[in-house]
Amino acid sequence: MILLLQYTLIFASVLVLVALGGCFSEHSGVINIGLEGIMVMGALGGALMMKFLPDSTPAFLMILLVVLAAILLGMIYSLLLAVAAINFKADQTLVGTAMNLLGTAAATVFVKAMNTAESVDNVSSTIQYINAKKAFLVNIVGFEFNWFMLMALIALVVSYVVLYKTRFGLRLMACGEHPQAADSVGINVYKMRYAGVLISGLLGGLGGIVYITAGVSEWKFENGVAGFGFLALAVMIFGQWKPTRIALAALLFGFFRALGNVYTGFAFLKAMNLPSSVYNMLPYIISLIVLAFTSKKSRAPKAEGIPYDKGQR
Amino acid sequence: MKEQKRSLLRNNAVQSLMASLLCILIGLLVGYVVLLLINPAGASEAIVTIVKNFMTYSRRNAQLKYLGSTLVKTAPLLMCSLSVLFAYKVGLFNIGAAGQYVVGAGASLYCALAWNMPWYVCLLAAIVAGAALGAVSGLLKAYCNVNEVISCIMLNWISLYMVNTLLTQVKEETSPYTLTLSSTNPGALLPALPSFCMSWFNNNQYVTIAIPLSVLVAVAIWVLLEKTKLGYELKATGCNKFAAKYCGMRENKNLILTMAIAGALAGMGAAMLFLTGFEQWQCTQSSVPGMGFNGIAAAFLGGLNPLGSILSSYFIQHITNGGAYVDKTMYSAQISDFISALIIYLCGFVLFFKFALNNWLNRWDEKKAAKAAESEEKGGKAE
Repeated sequence: MILLLQYTLIFASVLVLVALGGCFSEHSGVINIGLEGIMVMGALGGALMMKFLPDSTPAFLMILLVVLAAILLGMIYSLLLAVAAINFKADQTLVGTAMNLLGTAAATVFVKAMNTAESVDNVSSTIQYINAKKAFLVNIVGFEFNWFMLMALIALVVSYVVLYKTRFGLRLMACGEHPQAADSVGINVYKMRYAGVLISGLLGGLGGIVYITAGVSEWKFENGVAGFGFLALAVMIFGQWKPTRIALAALLFGFFRALGNVYTGFAFLKAMNLPSSVYNMLPYIISLIVLAFTSKKSRAPKAEGIPYDKGQR
Repeated sequence: MKEQKRSLLRNNAVQSLMASLLCILIGLLVGYVVLLLINPAGASEAIVTIVKNFMTYSRRNAQLKYLGSTLVKTAPLLMCSLSVLFAYKVGLFNIGAAGQYVVGAGASLYCALAWNMPWYVCLLAAIVAGAALGAVSGLLKAYCNVNEVISCIMLNWISLYMVNTLLTQVKEETSPYTLTLSSTNPGALLPALPSFCMSWFNNNQYVTIAIPLSVLVAVAIWVLLEKTKLGYELKATGCNKFAAKYCGMRENKNLILTMAIAGALAGMGAAMLFLTGFEQWQCTQSSVPGMGFNGIAAAFLGGLNPLGSILSSYFIQHITNGGAYVDKTMYSAQISDFISALIIYLCGFVLFFKFALNNWLNRWDEKKAAKAAESEEKGGKAE
């Protein structure tokens, strides 16, 4: 039971972080389908940092550096979307999809090259970080508390405050609703959209490193992040682009995802004798059903996906 | 002479071709730089290997045989790219081609291995399965307003796990792969090409009617989109759902139909690969096969034209196959995936490229006109 709670919380943290990233980007008016690729890049940054830092690094420093690496790589990678979508008015869905494919391919090529450089026989795309991962965990009577859970909570609170209580956040949202109007009162729409996409890169990258450290201590980069970025997008839509609702949605989805990891621990679930693939499918099925019922009255930012053209009226 | 050249540059098809070639060139260039960064020693050789693909074999027979193998995988890729393209023409982004491909593979293999059906039934089953999955996304989009990209991705994963479970019933006992068609049910193998054609590919047994069939489908899709009432209606719905409704078109029906056709295409593509016996399905697969995603690359690289995508599908498959030949002690085969992903990304800039080119041409024309006017004026004064 505690295990289920623990997994639910950690997966919910991933979803909250990434969904909030998508939320910032979409409120600024840019659809970020590329979150999946951003997560892979963040994961790669964090995993490399964990691999190369000596095990004796103090826990605090370890956490700080790993998080910084993940965030940095995620933000740099998100620039690909920002440049294409904001400056070159590219189709945002297309660019996002390309980023997802590119992220996985680039990470695989890089990790494989690194592994083969170390030893010629090693052609896997796996990075291990068994010892380094311990820095993130604090054992509280059987419950493995992960510092990332706290980070997700902080990110949630900060996002709420930034979006609704600061000048920056309100301006950002204006750019996603009616960029022409925002421009007419002196807001630089391009800058705001850059900010939105970069913040989504930051949160997406962080979400990536959280995801690959949740429950496992090595990661095969060939698999990318297995559709988790899209699950986060579903969470965001279900959460109606509002941070508090996103948090609730993330808990629900996190629960179903966690069930796949720990269902063997429950006698009655085990007795039903369902194949494990049913549990693997569960989060996706639930999200489809939930989306089918909630999308009808969806309140997406009005100008999302439309490149901003100053001359347009 | 110059007049002609200018009008050629303004031609939309020429611009698309230029843009695609530019994307390929930049893609390969960046790929080369990445290879250089990984290991400068073999980079040039590796990129040449990727571009050469089957030409790396020195014997002509081997070349022909592996040309055949590349074509065998081009057929499903072409179908996937048609699927993406068809939906995109109607304003939908069918990222679910991957999932529709997966259910197509599942349906055709299950019919072939569990029920011992002949090949045409298996092919039909794949088409129906793909169409059904596509229609689900269409239904969700039409009646529940669910973004097709999200629903397609969810369905991709759901169908992967379902097909894995289904095909586990017909897998080899000792391996995670499905039974081979040639040993279990040879009747399910697609018929080979007539024998004079087979000699073109050094009698590569996997070369089947799938290859000409896929080209035929490409032509059919072009006709459907450009020359029929249905194609016009579908495109109108894609441009503006409400305007289409106002004109008396049934917009929801059109949406669902589009996704069903797109799904059918991708499902058929899967049958075209798996019913040749070229590959077996791996029942422990943990990621959705890349064929559907490469279809996106091929569709956009082909300038969103069914006939263009015949060429671009071949190119994408050519470099993907070529990636398998790079020196594995230095590089990985995924460098090809990297290059095709890069090409998709660059395709995002095509619209801007055309816009900039036209702008430049306009300015050039203006300048020339101004100059001509000036010289005329001067000429007039001199007289």
